[in-house]
Amino acid sequence: MSLVGARVLRKEDPKLLAGRGTFVDDISPTGTVFASFVGSPHAHAMILAIDVRRALAMPGVLGVWTAADFTEYPDLPGGLPDFERPALATDRVRFVGEPVAVVVAEDRYLCADAVAAIEVEYDVLRAAVTIDTATALDAPLLFPHHRSNAITSVPMLDDGERELKRSAGRAHLHIVNQRCAAVPIEPIAVLADWSPSSLTVWATFQAPHHLRNYLAIWLDQPQNLCRVIAPDVGGGFGAKIVWYPEFFIAPLLSKWTGRPVKFAQTRSEAMQQMTHGRGQVHDVDVGYENDGRINVLRLVVTQDLGAYADPTGLGLPVLTTWMAAGCYNIDKVVTGFRTVATNTTPIAAYRGAGRPEAAYTIERIIDLIGRRTGLDPAEVRRRNFIKPNQFPYKTHNDAVVYDSGDFPSALTECLRLLDYDTVRARQSEARNDPSAPLIGIGLSAWLEIAGFGPNGSLEGFGHLASWESTQVRIQPDGSAILYVGSSPHGQGHETTFAQIASDELGISFERITVVHGDTETVLQGIGTMGSRGVPTAGSAVKVASARVLDKAKRIAAHLLEAAEEDLEVADNAFRVRGTPGKTVSWGDVGLASFQPLRLPPELLAGSLEERLFQESPNFSYPSGVYGCVVSVDRRTGKTTIEKMVLIDDCGTVINPLLAEGQVHGGVAQGIAQALYEEMAYDPESGQPLTASMLDYLIPSAPDLPEYTAGRITTLCPNNPLGAKGIGESGAVGAPASVVNAVIDALAPFGVEHLDMPLLPEKVWRAMQPSAASAPASTGVKS
Amino acid sequence: MSEFASRVSLTVNGRVVSTDVEDRTLLIHFLREQLRLTGSHVGCDTSNCGACTVHLDGDAVKSCTMLAVQANGHAVTTIEGISGPFDGRSSVQEGFRQCHGLQCGYCTPGMVMAASALLVENPNPTSTEIRHALEGNICRCTGYQMIVDSIEWAAANASPPLSARGIA
Repeated sequence: MSLVGARVLRKEDPKLLAGRGTFVDDISPTGTVFASFVGSPHAHAMILAIDVRRALAMPGVLGVWTAADFTEYPDLPGGLPDFERPALATDRVRFVGEPVAVVVAEDRYLCADAVAAIEVEYDVLRAAVTIDTATALDAPLLFPHHRSNAITSVPMLDDGERELKRSAGRAHLHIVNQRCAAVPIEPIAVLADWSPSSLTVWATFQAPHHLRNYLAIWLDQPQNLCRVIAPDVGGGFGAKIVWYPEFFIAPLLSKWTGRPVKFAQTRSEAMQQMTHGRGQVHDVDVGYENDGRINVLRLVVTQDLGAYADPTGLGLPVLTTWMAAGCYNIDKVVTGFRTVATNTTPIAAYRGAGRPEAAYTIERIIDLIGRRTGLDPAEVRRRNFIKPNQFPYKTHNDAVVYDSGDFPSALTECLRLLDYDTVRARQSEARNDPSAPLIGIGLSAWLEIAGFGPNGSLEGFGHLASWESTQVRIQPDGSAILYVGSSPHGQGHETTFAQIASDELGISFERITVVHGDTETVLQGIGTMGSRGVPTAGSAVKVASARVLDKAKRIAAHLLEAAEEDLEVADNAFRVRGTPGKTVSWGDVGLASFQPLRLPPELLAGSLEERLFQESPNFSYPSGVYGCVVSVDRRTGKTTIEKMVLIDDCGTVINPLLAEGQVHGGVAQGIAQALYEEMAYDPESGQPLTASMLDYLIPSAPDLPEYTAGRITTLCPNNPLGAKGIGESGAVGAPASVVNAVIDALAPFGVEHLDMPLLPEKVWRAMQPSAASAPASTGVKS
Repeated sequence: MSEFASRVSLTVNGRVVSTDVEDRTLLIHFLREQLRLTGSHVGCDTSNCGACTVHLDGDAVKSCTMLAVQANGHAVTTIEGISGPFDGRSSVQEGFRQCHGLQCGYCTPGMVMAASALLVENPNPTSTEIRHALEGNICRCTGYQMIVDSIEWAAANASPPLSARGIA
């Protein structure tokens, strides 16, 4: 029986459920001391003086360090020339929370005492908190030598105006895709132990080899003496592939104190110091005909980068403009973007990273075309879809060639599970009954780019390469250990990769172990991000396992004195087809593989081992259609999701249970962005207004609906598994379906757009009679 | 140990613990760092996330929101003290395994403790009751539906956890 496609329970769970997981802060080698950072209370200021004397005199304090102690170390890796981030702020702080000094003390309480005793004198500067302030003529400059807060820009060569003018109708939306925080429940944590012989760093990180490579450069150490371990990692969502200063400073603190040094961020620190996501402003224009067909799409993106230019932050608007047209066949697509530095926490990847923003905008404007033409939004989508026979489909950008999909079938399935016509009828009735809540129905036909990726795709973000690695090793008893370079943070690699290998090798699931997250034991690795785990690492496991099986069959054939091609393998044994009883166990083949006297002459001892660096010829393109039914309370503006239908196409599904879990989690984050979450700043002072879990509204169980998940499958032609990746789909597809539903509910009030998050007050205001005369609040220009 | 320390005596997972603890030490840090019971986690500093949930005399409490000295004379159960007939797991723990109620696993011990307390109070909760009972526990991975499924599984396959014998 094939395990690929089966709802196999996870290998990871027993230890996690017993409280026997090992997260960074759970590890405390003998003598471990604690580090804590002094964060800037100002968004923009010059540091005049730092007085550490009182802290140094406190009991249990081992030392205090400032930027002056790091002058022989370079700026943090990955920055652009002119915009580098120092490990600790030198003369200028650029966001609230930016670390300016670090304390090491015997425990975290003493550390907190010492941090409070450090006095920093600042000259407070005017802050550029919003994109508007940062791009004004008199903007305060974050990097004065650059003379502008604009960092990168890709202008449009043709503004599409000719095609827009020729269209029967045109529509414009100004859309703010608000800044969100990833909020993995485990904040950043790092433990560094620089012993006299070598350095070991435990870090909550999505890509331990990537960190090892850069740590070694930064510390000027050879990589063989620099070991990075990502143990159990408590969620990441993109915010744990960032060069935080704490990762680089902790090893030096260990070297200088001669003790293992641990730093574990508090949530309040995390809200200011972990990178945020999204933070884009879109101006989108479409020209369409009266039958709903779109002639031209123009998207101009402004990306808020926050205070420093993170490599993935710089890449976000690239991905957004690549995916601007979603799953639609549009003759003319023009895009441009710019990135802007502001006095806020840096922005980087957050689940979806540039694709949720693209999907949201195209799906919002598709609904607006429906509103303007009087067509059903499902019909507008159907008329513009790329057809299943149009793949491979070349887009407006040469780097992006959609490989597969069946958008019309996904839409049909979504409408069926929504019971679309019935809900539309119920909506009409509710509109005519002032005592009933308003009903809204929202669709989101989304497409994303995943499976990162083809050679060159991750190098642009500073990675060593874009392959993923595996090593398959048969043990002398015929069990197997897989080493994978993709290091998980909740995805279930130990289970899914064992399923793939079990099918290939004929070794039972229980006799396969997956090892990850340690640069000393795992060959090499890139990391877990960009929905690449199964398409890249999973494919590596499949191919390497098949190669091991080929060699194992030669050994089995030799032992059985049979022909290789007559062998079949299953249930931990090789059998000669049609000859009952002629069989040899995997255990015996494993044993023989280490015993030269039992091997066929062309094989050497230990040859049941295969290493592979799996490359991809193209990205993958997961897609789907999500449908959402909401009710909106006319008196309070509160939105309740009544039904959420999720049709995904992720190609081959390894484990439907885990795939559905990924979708649920991504959708939860998408709903959260649509309805609840926004990382907000005071626009003048740059003080974060949502810097704790009290203010930043992460939904808990009663705030989220039940999900109805469905599936259609088109195989990805670009990897041996046919898998597209599933980690980010939910976060890409969900926001537009929810917002489209709320805007649909508000149609009787003439509302064409509201920016996320759709908190009750915003929705309530949009329903008030005065709202129609205040177009600025709706974001719509005609 | 500084002058601001007190002697505490409490039961933790069925064993009596008598030791000195600083007055300002939170229960979670006492459990994690002094007793090395690292199953309970810290995910916030505002009592919102519930990753630190333990039982105090059978009630679910957030161990980041009380001092260790306040547990003096009480019985504390942590995730390490939960077990049962499902290959050593309680029905709640097994429900989470059966229904994929966890991904990264960081919030999970707190979820299991909150759910276990719920089922003692209300052995057959509706899905709405389950969702409301978990209001103080945040999971960022699962979107909650499979956690609700897990607890429904536990209710349907109830069996008294071993730890219930005189502890929880």
